[in-house]
Amino acid sequence: MDLIWDGIREAFRIIASGDYSVWEITIRSILVSGTATALALLFGIAVGATLAFNEFPGRNLAFSLVNTGMGLPPVVVGLIVAIALWRSGPLGDLRLIYTPAAMVIAQTIIAAPIVTGFTAAALRSLHPRLRAQIYGLGASRLQMLWLVLWEAKLPLLAAVMAGFGGAISEIGASIMVGGNLAGDTRVLTTAVVLEVSKGEFAPAIALSLILLALIFLVNLILTTVQQQEQRS
Amino acid sequence: MRRPMCMALLGALAILMAVGCGGGGEEVILATTTSTYDSGLLDALVPDFEGQTDYEVKIIAVGTGQALAMGERGDADVLLVHAPSSELELVESGAAINRQLVMHNDFIIVGPEDDPAGIEGMTSAADAFATIHESEAVFISRGDDSGTHKKEKAIWESAGLDPEGQSWYKQSGQGMGATLQIANQKDSYTLSDRGTYLALNENIELVVLVEGDPVFFNMYHVMQVNPQEFDKVNGPGGAAFVDFIVSDSAQDIIRGFGVDEFGQPLFIPDAGKDESELAPS
Repeated sequence: MDLIWDGIREAFRIIASGDYSVWEITIRSILVSGTATALALLFGIAVGATLAFNEFPGRNLAFSLVNTGMGLPPVVVGLIVAIALWRSGPLGDLRLIYTPAAMVIAQTIIAAPIVTGFTAAALRSLHPRLRAQIYGLGASRLQMLWLVLWEAKLPLLAAVMAGFGGAISEIGASIMVGGNLAGDTRVLTTAVVLEVSKGEFAPAIALSLILLALIFLVNLILTTVQQQEQRS
Repeated sequence: MRRPMCMALLGALAILMAVGCGGGGEEVILATTTSTYDSGLLDALVPDFEGQTDYEVKIIAVGTGQALAMGERGDADVLLVHAPSSELELVESGAAINRQLVMHNDFIIVGPEDDPAGIEGMTSAADAFATIHESEAVFISRGDDSGTHKKEKAIWESAGLDPEGQSWYKQSGQGMGATLQIANQKDSYTLSDRGTYLALNENIELVVLVEGDPVFFNMYHVMQVNPQEFDKVNGPGGAAFVDFIVSDSAQDIIRGFGVDEFGQPLFIPDAGKDESELAPS
């Protein structure tokens, strides 16, 4: 029990003082996972809208592929991205292995199916006559997409939450393609593993508390927005 | 729907470029063992190297087996490892060049204070392993083809035993720090390098039970990945790191590292020494 209480007390001291670069690591986590979520959202809207609005052969197959992707094991994504980005790999010339960009790529691949699945479901649940109506008012395809997305903005927020949550709590891929380099690719999850393996439980607890608080905060903001939207 | 897709891809590319193009000098990828990293030695050395040169070092701390594999594929520029026979194979294959002795420390067998197998004070590693085998006390192996794991396997072999598959013989598949943590939690035995053990000492309750067998001698070598073999390897950067770590200033840092904290150095610098004289037979 001492370990827990001393650990938590020490964790709050670390958070307050900013030791072990906890704040730098936190900001990097937000930037990397935020970028990955943004990219996943672009991909998710494009593919999700295609799936939701178009009838084409293989559509059911595409849907089940996306749903499978929602449970993509991060460590498998990490391995595939690492093999591609290693110098000896097909994309080795890009020199992206062990950079934040490599982590963004891996996390985007992890988050994209989640966002796509949510987006497609959200767009499918819209009233089927809505699109006909918008076209009837003389809108272009792009305007139609924009209006439809606006209608579905609440479920889309849920997609963003789920995607960001998946990206920022992921570790297997981040450590493999990022290398957990101090001051460069060390994020909250990889730093926790490192501190635990060094037997430094207090900073590990501090970093975990920050990670939890972060996920809570993102969800709180998005939920608040949702509720205000529903009220108005 | 084609246009938004194109725009999404373009946007993605732009953001990736922005994120990717950070950092200053040319990178040098150093693949090394977890022992040099978990003990904190590289954190003491690398900033000096980066200060003296314009290179930016990326330390990839993995087991020696994986570090050597990275060298074999040209995925690293310089290696700092401790498995001499595997290193020589790599040099002979032409993948690595410029191999030099850097330092040594020693292996120890650590275990719970009450020592259920009763190996404390033994002077032969093979005898100690045989005693553990007989008593079936839990032993945590690295199991990751690291230098420490290779040494452990060699000791089992010299004792004429094969622990693989026994219920008391567990493989962690992780670095030295994590493996010591597991052994600590499970009150079990493990083979560790002294440096990592000392660095973690205050967080674990395991004690040193067997030390001093000549087989425990643990040599670290640095080597460059051959830029003639792999066109993406940073030859000058790798050479600069080799020159740095065997230089007087780096060797002084190694000599002093850990003395304040642990009362003894974690590694003994050996650059320029004759290996055959150093290694006990």
